[in-house]
Amino acid sequence: MSIPSDFVEETAEDGAVTLHFSGDLSIASIGDLPERLRDFASQAKRLDISGTGYVDTVGAWLIHRTARDMEAEIVGADDDAERLIAAVAGADQATEIRPDALNPVVRVLGEIGESTALAFTTLTGLIGFFGAIMVGFFRLVRHPGQIRWNAVIQRFDVVGVRALGIVGLMSFLIGLVIAQQGAVQLRQFGAEVFTVNLVGRLTLRELGVLMTAIMVAGRSGSAFAAQIGTMKLTEEIDAMRTIGVSPIEALVLPRFLAAVIMLPLLGFYASVVAIIGGGLLSWVELDIPPATFFARIREVVPLTDVYVGLVKAPVFGAIIAITGCYQGMQVKGNAEDVGKRTTAAVVQAIFLVIVLDAFFAVFFSWIGWN
Amino acid sequence: MSASQTIAYNPDYDGPIISVRGLRNSFGEQVVHDNLDLDVRRGEIIGVVGGSGTGKSVLMRSIIGLQMPNEGEVEVFGQHILGKSDAETIEIRKRWGVLFQGGALFSTLTVAENVMVPIREFYPDMDREFRREVAKYKVCLSGLPPDAAPKYPSQLSGGMRKRAGIARALALDPELLFLDEPTAGLDPIGAAAFDNLTKELQQTLGLTVFLITHDLDTLHAICDRVAVLADQQVIAVGTIDELLALDHPWIQEYFNGPRGRMASSGKKMLG
Repeated sequence: MSIPSDFVEETAEDGAVTLHFSGDLSIASIGDLPERLRDFASQAKRLDISGTGYVDTVGAWLIHRTARDMEAEIVGADDDAERLIAAVAGADQATEIRPDALNPVVRVLGEIGESTALAFTTLTGLIGFFGAIMVGFFRLVRHPGQIRWNAVIQRFDVVGVRALGIVGLMSFLIGLVIAQQGAVQLRQFGAEVFTVNLVGRLTLRELGVLMTAIMVAGRSGSAFAAQIGTMKLTEEIDAMRTIGVSPIEALVLPRFLAAVIMLPLLGFYASVVAIIGGGLLSWVELDIPPATFFARIREVVPLTDVYVGLVKAPVFGAIIAITGCYQGMQVKGNAEDVGKRTTAAVVQAIFLVIVLDAFFAVFFSWIGWN
Repeated sequence: MSASQTIAYNPDYDGPIISVRGLRNSFGEQVVHDNLDLDVRRGEIIGVVGGSGTGKSVLMRSIIGLQMPNEGEVEVFGQHILGKSDAETIEIRKRWGVLFQGGALFSTLTVAENVMVPIREFYPDMDREFRREVAKYKVCLSGLPPDAAPKYPSQLSGGMRKRAGIARALALDPELLFLDEPTAGLDPIGAAAFDNLTKELQQTLGLTVFLITHDLDTLHAICDRVAVLADQQVIAVGTIDELLALDHPWIQEYFNGPRGRMASSGKKMLG
């Protein structure tokens, strides 16, 4: 085991102070020696390390630094210690632990400017990307033989079929919760029966598609960004380009088509499952039997509500696919960027979906589909 | 010693720093090591070579405790380490440093902060100001320019990242240094400079270095001995000249292939 290091002070007749070090001068044994030496008030003329045992670079650094600050002379160093002290002296250069912090005002202003610029470049980037997808799409429409059906069908499976379980469970619970909350509130007016209107209209018009879009953004939008981002990092996409395969056609279009086609189907399925959940709760809580419940649904829910949901869904699907694929294509540098871009894809997709949903609400009420 | 032919016998042999006996590693059906023995002596730079998939990295990971072998014994500094908990091996782990292939720097910390991490973990009582000083001189000792210390790993080139990795590996003043392909991905000038750094540090700090490499120039330039991994074992350990005297097809092809001859002639021209 190492012997703790220590030092004693010796003042010669002429007033020159010598510090005699003892013990091991190593990282394990140095203990509080750095503090004690710093607090040591008087200036020493000589540092005597002849009494020390094992010396490592940390000990050598301490001796070198003390000698430098006190302008003292190091005596009694053996060959090893001398070599180490020379090495650390060579590495004694002015440097910093962290980069210089900017003035906070400048930093905040800079961040505001940067995020504004980023928001605009992302927006124009997304629009440009959408244009590129459309170009690819119409090229394939003219040359249908080149459509990669395998890839498209595979994406249908991943985006649509495999999401059935989680979307169904989520929608069922949402239907239950809407019915339960509606029943509690409407009961105060003796209007429990309107729970059916609430469940039917809300799920078909808004929540079925919106919640499905959020789920698909989290499930598939993130996967798009991560898959394409990883392919970008491993230069797969560059390889594709050199072979003459357009990454838009091979990677982006199948995902785009899958999202655009699958989201209306998933959204409609979600609405139906939510109505079933609401019906179940109405049966248990409000004693409305299922037959009556569904008959009421047919009466109170106009067909336009179904159209509203089905018109929005493909747009949401397109948004999810575009943000996911766009962010994936923007990956550069390292694996960390894949994570950042994936997060950005999901956040932007959900944000844009909700903003567009608000626009749709205004639009549909304006054309009289209330 | 059953399988490995240790050729050079050193009369001043002072107990091995690393001693591996009967090591067996397998992943599913695939056996990587079987009955592997290896000794690493104090103060030497031992190069570990072998074809792809012969388990060089797995051997290193078994020694430093990242991979639990199926069978065998590993002694480091004369102490058994397999099957011990992290708490039991902490005193041993303080005495070695590891440089992973890509540097494995913590990306959210600056280079100097990376160096401070092991110091803070193992010596939490060290004076804060002194710890910062130690981190700074370690960065410079690893051959990085002073302005690299406050930079983040993503701002550094591959070679500088490796040097930063060395700085962190040396943070605790280890006696034993593991380097996993330190010159892979560096240009020849950067690789030669890194070889010099390794040699210099080994001589100044009295290190024992366990060096995995594919780089024939590194082997010729700085390795005291070379261990050859093949057929799931260390088939030979010795200086390059001693290995060349052996009649093993892989060794002959490795050192006498076109690249091997170039590297050795380069060495002769230099010195």
